[in-house]
Amino acid sequence: MSFRTAPLAVVHDVDKSTLLTPELRAEIDRHVGKYPPEWKQSAVMPALTLVQEHNGGWLTQDLMDQVAAYLDMPEVAVYEVATFYAMYDLEPVGRHKICVCNSISCMLGGAEALLEHVEARHGVAPGETSKDGKFTLKEFECLGACRHAPVVMVDQEYHECVTRDGIDKIISKLD
Amino acid sequence: MAEQISIEIDGRTCEAAAGEMIIAVADREGIPIPRFCYHEKLSIAANCRMCLVEAEAGGRPFPKPVPACATPVAEGMKVQTRSAKALDAQRGTMEFLLINHPLDCPICDQGGECELQDVSMGYGEDVSRFSERKRVVKDEDLGPLIATDMTRCIHCTRCVRFGAEIAGVRELGATGRGEDMRIGTYVESAVAHELSGNVIDLCPVGALTSKPYRFTARAWELTSEEGIAPHDAVGSNLYLHIRGEQVMRVHPRDNEPVNETWISDRDRFSYEGLSSDTRLTEPLRKRADGTWEALDWQAALHLTADVLRGSDPDQIGWLMAPNATLEEAYLAQRLLRGLGGRHIDTRLRRQDFRGDRADPAVPWLGLPIAELERQQAVLVVGSDIRQEQPLLAHRLRKAVLDDAAVSFLNPYELALTHPARQLTAPPGRLSVRLAAVARALSASAEGAAGSLISGAQPAEAETRLAEELRAAGEQGRGLVLLGALAEADPDYTLLKELAYLVADAAGCRLGFLPVAANSVGAALAGAAPHLGPGAQALEAPGLDALAMITEPRQTYVLWGLSPELDLFDPSRAREALAGAAQVIGCSAFRTPDLEAACDILLPIAAFAETSGTFVNAEGRWQRFQGAVPPAGDARPGWKVLRVLGNILELDGFHYSSGKQVHDELAALCAQTRGGGAQVCDGGTQPDNARRGDYGLKQPLPAPDGLMRVGNVPIYAGDQTVRAAPALQHTPLAEPLALHLHPDTAAGLGLADGDAAEVAQGERHTVVPVVIDDAVAPGAARVPAAVPGSGVLGPAMGPIAVAKADASQLAATQMLGGQPA
Ligand code: SF4
Ligand code: FES
Ligand code: FES
Repeated sequence: MSFRTAPLAVVHDVDKSTLLTPELRAEIDRHVGKYPPEWKQSAVMPALTLVQEHNGGWLTQDLMDQVAAYLDMPEVAVYEVATFYAMYDLEPVGRHKICVCNSISCMLGGAEALLEHVEARHGVAPGETSKDGKFTLKEFECLGACRHAPVVMVDQEYHECVTRDGIDKIISKLD
Repeated sequence: MAEQISIEIDGRTCEAAAGEMIIAVADREGIPIPRFCYHEKLSIAANCRMCLVEAEAGGRPFPKPVPACATPVAEGMKVQTRSAKALDAQRGTMEFLLINHPLDCPICDQGGECELQDVSMGYGEDVSRFSERKRVVKDEDLGPLIATDMTRCIHCTRCVRFGAEIAGVRELGATGRGEDMRIGTYVESAVAHELSGNVIDLCPVGALTSKPYRFTARAWELTSEEGIAPHDAVGSNLYLHIRGEQVMRVHPRDNEPVNETWISDRDRFSYEGLSSDTRLTEPLRKRADGTWEALDWQAALHLTADVLRGSDPDQIGWLMAPNATLEEAYLAQRLLRGLGGRHIDTRLRRQDFRGDRADPAVPWLGLPIAELERQQAVLVVGSDIRQEQPLLAHRLRKAVLDDAAVSFLNPYELALTHPARQLTAPPGRLSVRLAAVARALSASAEGAAGSLISGAQPAEAETRLAEELRAAGEQGRGLVLLGALAEADPDYTLLKELAYLVADAAGCRLGFLPVAANSVGAALAGAAPHLGPGAQALEAPGLDALAMITEPRQTYVLWGLSPELDLFDPSRAREALAGAAQVIGCSAFRTPDLEAACDILLPIAAFAETSGTFVNAEGRWQRFQGAVPPAGDARPGWKVLRVLGNILELDGFHYSSGKQVHDELAALCAQTRGGGAQVCDGGTQPDNARRGDYGLKQPLPAPDGLMRVGNVPIYAGDQTVRAAPALQHTPLAEPLALHLHPDTAAGLGLADGDAAEVAQGERHTVVPVVIDDAVAPGAARVPAAVPGSGVLGPAMGPIAVAKADASQLAATQMLGGQPA
């Protein structure tokens, strides 16, 4: 036995139909269906993504607990996932997320300078949100497009070979 | 059996089973490989990389060093644990591990016994090449038992895996990533588990240490003595770590068939009670005005002997804690019977003794402890097993993980860490549900059991349970167990009869969960009204523990117990003791109820202070030596009894050692083996066969009101554990309260947090209400043995509940639970 297959620590005796919303549950079920029934917890990442989108881009502890209950997982196992991956936010965020890759290629390609620029020009340091609530600036691990470093992901959209001017333009276009 | 192969480690040829990990083979051969995350009892994580070794298989070297803990052996494999490449890899790992380690050994409690410290002596460098800033991790409060210094954590995840795999509560986890990774609960919560202290031993560094022991001693100042835990019937093997004359802490001693490598928190932290200021340290006599006068032992013993000699032997009632040692129990009954007395008992929390004649002489577990985990179906009747016997609960959990079906029949649903079927019924009605299981197995009987069975209507749960037991019985892997909640039930005898019928019909074994460390030993010693030494049945039994109270005696001897917390009906006990001419208390502790009841108090040695023997649930005789001198003027119990026996001029009390007492009893037990008692030294008994028929004509009438369930919470069961402060501050230490099922509460107009007056006969008190849907409807769970419960009546029996005013609650609590 491994701790991944150890039986549930916390028996969630909640009525699952009271968790989240019917639409979210239906969406999560679609992902759960991709895995063998005893591996429901494999759907934790898409479930967190869906719930986060629904909640304006960030996760509360209560939402994570609901995901845990819905997937019959110990709460801490959900916290582990949500705190590990950069795409989950555990504090309120702006309307958009600007994610600057900080891994090796992008770092060599000038990602640090981009971050400094945004901080100097827009007054937003990594991890912070602009005062007008327009965007949150985040550092990200490798975005997988190293060939065109530095890479910036804005919400779901990739921008490659980004310059300082480029990032200013991106920001100005956001609503 | 896995295929046997042979491999070579450091040039030595070793036998191994195919699929074993290199580290397991090396450990068996005594070849050291450094490690942090690997632990024999936990799953393999292979995340510390300290165990890197060089290996080749089939003549081809692995391209990189491999982790010995996660690399299975193969025929002809050659392993180098100390080659240049292996050592280089190990040193490299060590350097990485120390990068973020604070190296604060001088102020770390683990210093001197730290795996990290040891391994870094072997593999670390004396100068660090790391000049950047180290990470710092905020500590979490995990409760009163475990201290945290998370900056020292090396992320081996042993504690996380222990929680998930052994404890069955995944509360700890590794959150964050890279530099920010940390071990914790993420949401600050005290860890509430009866085995939680084991993470202290598992943690290879000083991140998790013992809070009560913290900063009180250094490892090298301690000497280590072997001991046996004095609480539950597992008899966990211990190391007592001692400085001067004080037990500073307790660690587990590996004994695979008994406690494996674990101990419960109760066994680990109860030593604190030894240095409690409630210890009784000198012989005392009560003056006429109720104040106490200290005596020397000589005077005290002569006084006691005079009292005993001057009493009508039939008027002496001897009540003894079931965790008194075998030697104490044996000498106590010899002394009493030598004087012509007959009334001695250790079964203090029981009300129904109708089965004494038909019971097996020595009710025991019925199988070796280790075999619990190999059962296929188990029915546990009346036991809050996690609280009563934490390590047996762990064995059952292992069985479940191995696909066993475990079911419980209790007055309340248990909080378990594994799937199980739970049936509930209030006290006095458990028999009805058990009869339904018997019916589903087509069992039949005469009398009370028969009429219950024929009237029973098995629901689906009972039918399924019956099928599981039968299927397991056919494999010889089925078991029915009776626990402490069954033992306290008003219809315990009927429950036993039904349990026998179920076990017989399903081809299962039947076992008992003896309440305390020496319950089995007490029967063997003959410290029971119906048994002589060697557990021989007596023609003319004396009064049992409850009858000694309901038919009051003139003289009482209370041995190792507090009458208001350790007896079944504290209120009646108080009356009986108050009415007695003389009460002699032999105790390691001085509690208000003892002081009120006794005329003479003799200080006897507590756990760890006396030699003795405990016979555990599986019939294992475990002898131990005193590790520290008794507190103050206290004396080992067996010596007190020896001297009393001599003063009273009883024959054969000239023992020169406790061992001699032990040997005398062991010889007696060996003799009676054929005579129905079926016991033997160090081994187990062949069965739990009844000696006769229970012969009950009628089941007890159905209770027409609420029934109290006076369970004994985990840290309330005996004097020592009650005096241990850290345990009393854990979430598992329950206060006095009334727990009701929501429906029962609604019927009474009570809501959570209300105050309620609970009354048993004339006795009543005001307690807070807790709504808890685990409690069977019709039951009122009001724990026994907790502070304030002494004003109440029988632990299991009718109880009346009425709404009370919140101000009354405050008043009772101010008076420490005494009624205003
Ligand atoms: S706290 Fe101790 S046991 Fe837990 S991961 Fe850290 S070093 Fe390992
Ligand atoms: S390093 Fe930036 S995309 Fe890979
Ligand atoms: S002991 Fe092998 S990787 Fe930790």
